[in-house]
Amino acid sequence: MISEKIASVFNEPDCEKNRGKTAGERKKGCGTKGLTPGAAAGGCAFDGAKIALQPVTDVVHLVHGPIACEGNSWDTRNVGTSGPLIYRWGFTTDLSEMDVIHGGEKKLYRAIKEAVAKYAPPAIFVYQTCVPALIGDDIDQVCKVASERLGLPVVPVNAPGFVGSKNLGNKLGAEALLAHVIGTIEPSDAGPTDINIIGEYNVAGEFALVKPLFDELGIRIRACITGNSRYRDLAGAHTARVNMMVCSQAMINLGRGMRERWGIPYFEGSFYGIGDTSQTLRTIATLLVERGATADLIARTEALIAREEAKAWAAMAAYRPRLAGKRVLLYTGGVKSWSVVHALQEMGMEVVGTSVRKSTEDDKARARAALDQNTGKVGELFGAIANPEMYRMFRDGEADIMLSGGRSQFVALKARTAWMDINQERHHGYAGYDGMLELVRQMDIEINNPVWAQVRAPAPWDPPAASPGVTPLIPAGRRAAP
Amino acid sequence: MTLSPPATLVRSRKALTVSPLKTSAPLGAAMAFMGIDGCLPLFHGAQGCTAFSLVMMVRHFREAIPLQTTAMNEVTTILGGLENIEQALLNITKRTHPKVIGLITTGLTETRGEDMVGDLKTIRQRNPVLDDTVVVLTSTPDFSGGLETGWGKAVSAMIATLVPAGPQPRDAERVTVLAGCHLTPGDIEELRDIIEAFGLRPTILPDLSGSLDGHLPETWVPTTLGGTPLEEIQTLGRAARTIAIGEHMRISGALLEERTGVPTAFLDRVTGLEAVDTLMSLLAEISGRPVPMRLRRQRSQLIDALMDSHFSFGGTRLALAGEPDLVWTLGTLVSGLGARLQAVVTSVDAPFLAGLDTEEVVVGDLEDLAERAGGCDLMIANANARLPAERAGVALFRAGFPILDRLGVAHRVALGYRGTRDTVFALGNALIEAAQTAHAPTAHPANTNRAEEGADHGRSPLALG
Repeated sequence: MISEKIASVFNEPDCEKNRGKTAGERKKGCGTKGLTPGAAAGGCAFDGAKIALQPVTDVVHLVHGPIACEGNSWDTRNVGTSGPLIYRWGFTTDLSEMDVIHGGEKKLYRAIKEAVAKYAPPAIFVYQTCVPALIGDDIDQVCKVASERLGLPVVPVNAPGFVGSKNLGNKLGAEALLAHVIGTIEPSDAGPTDINIIGEYNVAGEFALVKPLFDELGIRIRACITGNSRYRDLAGAHTARVNMMVCSQAMINLGRGMRERWGIPYFEGSFYGIGDTSQTLRTIATLLVERGATADLIARTEALIAREEAKAWAAMAAYRPRLAGKRVLLYTGGVKSWSVVHALQEMGMEVVGTSVRKSTEDDKARARAALDQNTGKVGELFGAIANPEMYRMFRDGEADIMLSGGRSQFVALKARTAWMDINQERHHGYAGYDGMLELVRQMDIEINNPVWAQVRAPAPWDPPAASPGVTPLIPAGRRAAP
Repeated sequence: MTLSPPATLVRSRKALTVSPLKTSAPLGAAMAFMGIDGCLPLFHGAQGCTAFSLVMMVRHFREAIPLQTTAMNEVTTILGGLENIEQALLNITKRTHPKVIGLITTGLTETRGEDMVGDLKTIRQRNPVLDDTVVVLTSTPDFSGGLETGWGKAVSAMIATLVPAGPQPRDAERVTVLAGCHLTPGDIEELRDIIEAFGLRPTILPDLSGSLDGHLPETWVPTTLGGTPLEEIQTLGRAARTIAIGEHMRISGALLEERTGVPTAFLDRVTGLEAVDTLMSLLAEISGRPVPMRLRRQRSQLIDALMDSHFSFGGTRLALAGEPDLVWTLGTLVSGLGARLQAVVTSVDAPFLAGLDTEEVVVGDLEDLAERAGGCDLMIANANARLPAERAGVALFRAGFPILDRLGVAHRVALGYRGTRDTVFALGNALIEAAQTAHAPTAHPANTNRAEEGADHGRSPLALG
């Protein structure tokens, strides 16, 4: 039953926040505070489950529901693939009024059958949504029958939108993998340097910037969960020696579940930021050696880190004079609230603040620590900033650029302020050493674009004072680098 | 029109929709409310309904989109959403002071079967603080209809809620236009110019050109900024005439006439020589003025453009998909230039499409389109058809909603003589380019992304859209 599943997700022993709660608070669940009618933002549980699983590139992702759930959202997340494209085609049962009246189970079964006949995928993921959940369509049963009759894994993903937030949906997606996928295939080639990466979705194909590092060290990624993964990789993921968790909040239950069932230790790491990338590689090497890899791995890893760091910092130094003194507002959340701060500061930039929405306590502590390294003015830790207040900040010239997701871009742009996408719709990869260089390069391109001078100049018939608050573009070099 | 037998309407028999063409009715309703000034649409449903629609409109219009949710959860879904609606209305009124709240139902709440009208009454009785907030309730279950359906229902709800019944004193110079969602903000601007050229004063409902045209306000406004003012909607009964544009505006046009007695003229489209001629004659008749010289000049430019362009269209085979009124508008345009409609797909049942010059019109998805598009010279559909078009090996011309990967889609103009001229050129150029690519010495790698995977899939180039 889904309510039991959600209760178990809310009872996450590895979640620090959760450990500090009373039993009663724990029952209430996570993040329900954020859902104020008329003042809420963000996706639903279905959205979260889909985000977590859709990067599996070779399966059919079939959304059971009326057109809204898939029709309004398919193929809008820019996650990359090195081969199959079927994950981007958008499959749904498109339930009609008649289906709602008569129940949608038969149609779902027929849809599964058609998908098998037409596309012969290695597996099908079926996503439950609000309307069929409400009329009592039993997707678990339909998937079970379809699996038996059609001879392929048909995985129910039970996360209808009304059960909660996007974040909860991520975890329910992970639950589906634990319950139905991971451990169902025994790979014949398990080795001492196999790892999984959990919560890496290959946004903008950025994992390609990181993978060569592992290749060079002889570390095999058994499964990226789920970026650019294949069903077989996931099904054999239980043979890895170490799990790395990228986005700590999203799939912590998967890391813990795999530790309990298969004894695979997990740790939290990040590929955003140079120091963090190095630390992540070190941890992986150490853990692998502890679990039986040859000891020379650690030395080889250190050599690679030294080489890559030197290369990256040298390449980034060229941008320092062009970025020094510029002020950045980081408006994202989770890992990114702190992981890129260091690199920006290395460029001599001033991080005026970072948002810790969707961040764990640990994220917040790290963000605070990162900001405190700031020379001079200490940047602020923001929660959510209301749009009018954010607009005022830009109009009053409190930041030269904002890094955020696509939704808040217009607050910056309408205030004629530079903006960069660092969330899921972006088209540049920022992971690893090369990714950080790319981030800095893109910031230079954006912040020093001559367009800003044009758009901020007053109209010939307006006196300069007529556009209050729009700061004149700071001439390059006027602010000395610290 | 054509002398060919009517097209057959075929419903796709599949249980599995692949690469959906249809978007949801609540999304269409929300988009319509974007065209009212000082408005905040509110979805009554789970918060994902709002998030998806919001992101899609943000990416298409490249504008901030005000849209809220009643954030239904498991418990409220079972017990009923009255409290959530109440809280949402109070929160929105307190925080953003909209003039109008468009309360839009979704699949979740319609499935449960809530008595929304009764609930609203109860809420208003309990909360006098809401006395000055106008709420327009629109019933749009997700499982019924698509984008145009929802837009049409929202406009009808606006009329039923905001326009007082009974005759009002008429103003001979006022004209109401009920605009369908296939018209862009650019189209609306063009239409306003044309109507004003006849000395008439148009009220356009909904008016996306006021709110989603990309202007820069001086402050940050949490509701729509620009669009049809509430006062103007309340006085639609004073217009000399109503012009309803597009089949999905027909019901709203009839409703407005029924309520106010203002006669409605129905135009099936406003793109194409004949169609624009009809519009001009209508405006000349309403205003009692001749068609201005500037517009006559544009007409002759269009005729010249049609002659210059028809060489590129004649004998070509096209695949076309979209919401019914978009398909009707573009389908008649290209047929009129000698192109053959080899494949036509639309999102919902639309019997009037039998009038298209083609053998069959399929109610289906973009997979249906791709399967029928083999050998076509060009595909015309929204940006979601990018991969299906690649699979069919046909070049794609983007039209409709959503178009997430092109700039300036809100400013495209297909309306009037000028808009028709530019659209014909754009389509003709796409055909020329497709033909050049097909005949290029190096074959166009339409399906580069479909290379067989090697064993080491990590090293092959990334296929990114």
